[in-house]
Amino acid sequence: MQKGRKIIAIGERDGVPGPVIAECLEGAGYEVVFQVTECFV
Amino acid sequence: MTDPTRALRVGIEGVWFSLTHVPDLVRYGSKPVRELRARPALQAQLAKRLRGFAEAIAYAPHQVYIGNITPEKLGAIEKPWYARPIENATPEGRFGDVIEQDAFYTQLCSADRFDLVTVEEHWFHERAAGQANRRRVRLGSSAEIELRCAEGALPLISGERLIGAFEPGHEEDANLTAEVLLENLAAKATAAHSLRALLARVKLDSGEIDYVISCSEEAVGDRYNRGGGNLAKAIAEEAGCENASGSDIKAFCAGPMYAIVHGASLIQSGVARKVAVVAGGSLAKLGMKFESHLRNNMPVLEDVLGSFAVLLTPAKPAQPGIRLDSVAFHPVRAGSSPQVMAEVLAEKPLARLGMKLTDVDRYAVELHNPEITVPSGSGDVPRTNYLTLAALAVMRGLIHKNQMEDFVRARGMSGYAPTQGHIPSAIVYLGHALDELRSGKIRRALLMAKGSLFLGRMTQLSDGCSFLIDRHDV
Repeated sequence: MQKGRKIIAIGERDGVPGPVIAECLEGAGYEVVFQVTECFV
Repeated sequence: MTDPTRALRVGIEGVWFSLTHVPDLVRYGSKPVRELRARPALQAQLAKRLRGFAEAIAYAPHQVYIGNITPEKLGAIEKPWYARPIENATPEGRFGDVIEQDAFYTQLCSADRFDLVTVEEHWFHERAAGQANRRRVRLGSSAEIELRCAEGALPLISGERLIGAFEPGHEEDANLTAEVLLENLAAKATAAHSLRALLARVKLDSGEIDYVISCSEEAVGDRYNRGGGNLAKAIAEEAGCENASGSDIKAFCAGPMYAIVHGASLIQSGVARKVAVVAGGSLAKLGMKFESHLRNNMPVLEDVLGSFAVLLTPAKPAQPGIRLDSVAFHPVRAGSSPQVMAEVLAEKPLARLGMKLTDVDRYAVELHNPEITVPSGSGDVPRTNYLTLAALAVMRGLIHKNQMEDFVRARGMSGYAPTQGHIPSAIVYLGHALDELRSGKIRRALLMAKGSLFLGRMTQLSDGCSFLIDRHDV
């Protein structure tokens, strides 16, 4: 169902890191076109 | 539990935490520079929301930072804190101070060894002459200052007035522009101030310091070695530590924790006997969230440069100290989820010493002032970190789920540090920690800081470092 849907994953230093979001979503069939972790403080 | 009387300790002789109030440098913060360039009309809005010195002194989180009120008391003050100034607040604190902008400009002149700064002569004689120290200050007329700025120097402003010019260090080198050198010199000047103030407080001659470690965040160096420079030795020189050498330790926000561990290790190994760990303020982070503050009709709260100095010595009886046997680093193989961080930086090192999460009376985490971060959507960072620790305690069966808030209240604290990167990351609690350990209010505290390595685009890894502090006789 998710095949081909493109995702941008933005993780957060004190929350969920970008690579973790990307891995979960790729496992669910999404295509992660960009992932990053940022620090907002 | 291992015998705490036999623990590997290094003493903390004293600390100093300083805030330098620089409202007229907010425009040179990274975010304001970019936004003001795109939308010059913002400058007028920004100017209206800048705080005066009296406001900055009376701001409750600043009074906590310099030691005049406790984090616990701050937590009991209803927000917004900026609307509830502390009565009779003073710029001198129990272990810190708040410095006014004019004094900072004078410190900047003093720290300048390359004639980068010229200040307007009338302003200097009116406002700063009394604060000038032994070094000469390069003075110029108004016309000369204006000419220098027209030729590429960065204007130094005090209120509405042009009071100085900050020149580039090289015509072509992007690492020696006026903007970069102002950041670097501000870090040097503020760190040197904290170190001088600490030495005065503990009544130690500056010549007795063996080694200075700087964990400031600035990249000092020219185009062939960007970030390669040794700011520590420049700070040591400026603070009069003639017999010291030094070096820099950088690890993003976790830098101060690593610096303390390295300094303590130099002492434990006998390489040095008196080590100062210092950090200057981060000018780039001024006004980082100013747009959300303007949107919320708040003062622009990121108008201070944070700095600190910590003096480490061999442990003495009854003195608070760092337990080197508790130090934990976040290894490459570990993940970077909040739970993993809590396991690596708190649970595992405590287990090594035969302790549990509930054996720590106080945790110091990322202690950013939530009043700065919440309006921009960045959340209450310390609370998030404390809830992670509490959740881990629940998972391990140490507390019941409905005791999580009690855990956070009893073992945590309100955030109170300005968003200065390395400054809020656990280390800022050290002054209050010494007070609480000396008074017996707490037996031990765990400091744990995180570093966002991914920001440099060299790795996706996060990082962290932690250690326990306690009293030698406990």
